[in-house]
Amino acid sequence: MFLLGPINILNDLLLKLGFSAETISYFVWPLIQIGIVVTLVALWVAYATYLERKISAFMQARLGPMRVGPWGLLQPIADGLKLLTKEDFIPENADRWIFFFAPYIAVASAFIVFSVIPFGPDWAVIADVNIGLLLVLAVSSVGVLALILAGWSSNSKYALLGGLRSSAQMVSYEVAMGLSLIGALMFARTLSLSGIVAAQASDSIWFVVYQPAGFMLFLISGIAENNRAPFDLPEAESELVAGFHTEYSGMRWSLFFMAEYAAMVVVSAVAATVYLGGWYFPFVYRLEESGHHNLYVVVSLLVFLVKASLILYFYFWLRWTLPRFRYDQLMDIGWKWLIPSALINIVLSGIAIFVVQALNGWGKITTIESLNNGLNLTATGKGIMVAIGLLGVFVMAALLARINWRSRDFNLKTQRRNIKLVNVPKGKPAVQTGS
Amino acid sequence: MHQVEIATTRETLLDSPEMVLNMGPQHPSTHGVLRVILKLDGETVIDLDCDIGYLHRGMEKIAENRMYTQIAPYWDRLDYIAAVSNGLVWVETVEQMMGLAVPPRAHYLRTILTELNRIASHLLWLATHALDIGAITVLLWALREREEILKIFERQFGARLTCHAWRVGGMPNDAYDDFNKDVRQFVNNFPKRLEEYETVLSENRIWLSRTVGIGVISAEDAIAIGLSGPALRGSGVPWDVRKSRPYAAYADMDFDIPLGENGDTYDRYLVRLEEMRQSRRIIDQALEKLPDGPVNAKLPKVVKPPVGDYYHSIEGPKGEIGCYLVSDGTAQPWRVRVRPPSFINLQALKQMCVGHLVADVVAIIGTLDIVLGEIDR
Repeated sequence: MFLLGPINILNDLLLKLGFSAETISYFVWPLIQIGIVVTLVALWVAYATYLERKISAFMQARLGPMRVGPWGLLQPIADGLKLLTKEDFIPENADRWIFFFAPYIAVASAFIVFSVIPFGPDWAVIADVNIGLLLVLAVSSVGVLALILAGWSSNSKYALLGGLRSSAQMVSYEVAMGLSLIGALMFARTLSLSGIVAAQASDSIWFVVYQPAGFMLFLISGIAENNRAPFDLPEAESELVAGFHTEYSGMRWSLFFMAEYAAMVVVSAVAATVYLGGWYFPFVYRLEESGHHNLYVVVSLLVFLVKASLILYFYFWLRWTLPRFRYDQLMDIGWKWLIPSALINIVLSGIAIFVVQALNGWGKITTIESLNNGLNLTATGKGIMVAIGLLGVFVMAALLARINWRSRDFNLKTQRRNIKLVNVPKGKPAVQTGS
Repeated sequence: MHQVEIATTRETLLDSPEMVLNMGPQHPSTHGVLRVILKLDGETVIDLDCDIGYLHRGMEKIAENRMYTQIAPYWDRLDYIAAVSNGLVWVETVEQMMGLAVPPRAHYLRTILTELNRIASHLLWLATHALDIGAITVLLWALREREEILKIFERQFGARLTCHAWRVGGMPNDAYDDFNKDVRQFVNNFPKRLEEYETVLSENRIWLSRTVGIGVISAEDAIAIGLSGPALRGSGVPWDVRKSRPYAAYADMDFDIPLGENGDTYDRYLVRLEEMRQSRRIIDQALEKLPDGPVNAKLPKVVKPPVGDYYHSIEGPKGEIGCYLVSDGTAQPWRVRVRPPSFINLQALKQMCVGHLVADVVAIIGTLDIVLGEIDR
């Protein structure tokens, strides 16, 4: 009860001030929640940049930011202050208003998504929308608009190319991303993100176990959706200078930067929610049983943050390891590999569920426990599901190899012969060494 | 050079599917101040033209008004990544014109240090090439190794980049006390580090798909354009000045020349990596055999080569760097002409790029390993 005390006091205070109970629960509290979430997410995003710099530094045998504060901990704040005081430059022939508003669209679309993400049970959910996942996909794809507008309005060829690339890329990867989620939805039987977590909690299993392929597909298309390396073509520094935000400076540029990191946090959070059980972690519910409700919520929240951060780390790791794809190769991967495999994944999930249902009640086998909260399976059912899930990865690999074996990039290494070493005879020396 | 036609009026700009993209001189991956005018259809390159000269300093003309010994530092500023190699071609040209007998220890030290410089230059190439293709971590790893070499240079020459390493007739001073130890340490550590780069890049699927079949140039074309160095050997032509006309102490060294087969970016990448290994081998041998003795020949008060002309070339990290020297018998040369490998290699850019995408242009500029200080002189 250590957290609820002040909350009750605040509630009483508001009632005394003359607010009705409805206003308080439908207006004042949501506003407070929004304030807290926006602040926390902004902090998370700021420190994601710090972490990225530190992690990249450790991968590259450097130290990273060390000067501002201990271990450079205040670096994001210093960066923010610096960017705030910088000149907000608008190019001469830019489309002023569009140029003005594009960054806001980017940030807004990234931040709105946080409203439906269940950070924890009970009061850690801001809005439990029954089409939560659909809303996540819809709103986050509005972010593309910002990049296209920014690229178009800058009146710069590099920015234009960046905008074009991003529109093509995000449109194709959105399809794969949406399709890859469907497998998990078949098990959860709901689009509500809280419902998905509840389905995993009541089944006490993470969907990544049933859907290893779906999880991988979601992660990969998530990287592309966020314009992160190795899919960071829209802002490919070595080709397009800075891509769509070439002409941006100061705070407007940093808004794009924030949007990028916020979108990354969103994808990590969604991946953690749908595939890694969200705030659910085995045995944490015992806190609830022993009466520590708020402690339970806080611990669950931390569990969620840790899971999302691990996926975030995976993104950092990829960025500092892999080279960048080329534009046409990126499209190839999107259309020839990811979308087919997402479709295959749906079919395989369907088959898995069908098998489990068909086996239920056949002889002495029971596979399905209940259908109240998603698909609750018995141990036998889980075993069958995991086996089919793992088998599915191989089936998928085989099918994709069959589809793509003709393509140039399929087995590049084996197509090649290595360089050879020759020892050509020496010519007449230009210099007598005298040795 | 070939000129790109640029649509100027509003109507033609809107009608044509082409876009003219001005890449450089301020661009992150043109390796300095190269300006490439690209004519694009979508992102496919239809035509391109290089605009150079942003770093022109008139080196060859300056050389006509300097004493022979004063010209050497200018050579460091041509290919500033490989200042040690560049300095060598100048002093060797003058020495050979005068018929000076340089002591063997100087020759061996020159071999060791130019090979170290080749590794440093190739490491910087690897760093920037990988960065252009998007592998950022390789940049810092390669710079870490390059730092070790630069430390040796700093202790030996007093400078890291533009070393002014050689004097006509030998070296400014003998190797410093711990020279053998430092070089030996580098030689021992290097193969392990090189393997790290290979694990990150050589088998990497993305790296392969970005480099295999990109910027292909056949052996005939390469010879016709006059490519040299790794760019030529990547196409399978066994031409290396260190073998065909050994200078310094290369005649005593045992090493192989790596040859590519397809003449694409990946081959050139492998060739350069192998060259680093071979350079290490050469350094290893030269350290073993390093003779004692003086490092300077006896020189006249004023360096005055006899009347006549002379051409000498060495195998620099980027290709064959040559010096054509015309002397009129005075203390200053009558004419100095550089054979700049980067400048000649850059001519292959158009042939390599047309038909590829913008991203490949960047990769191809990287694989040619150009330095604008040498192109513009």
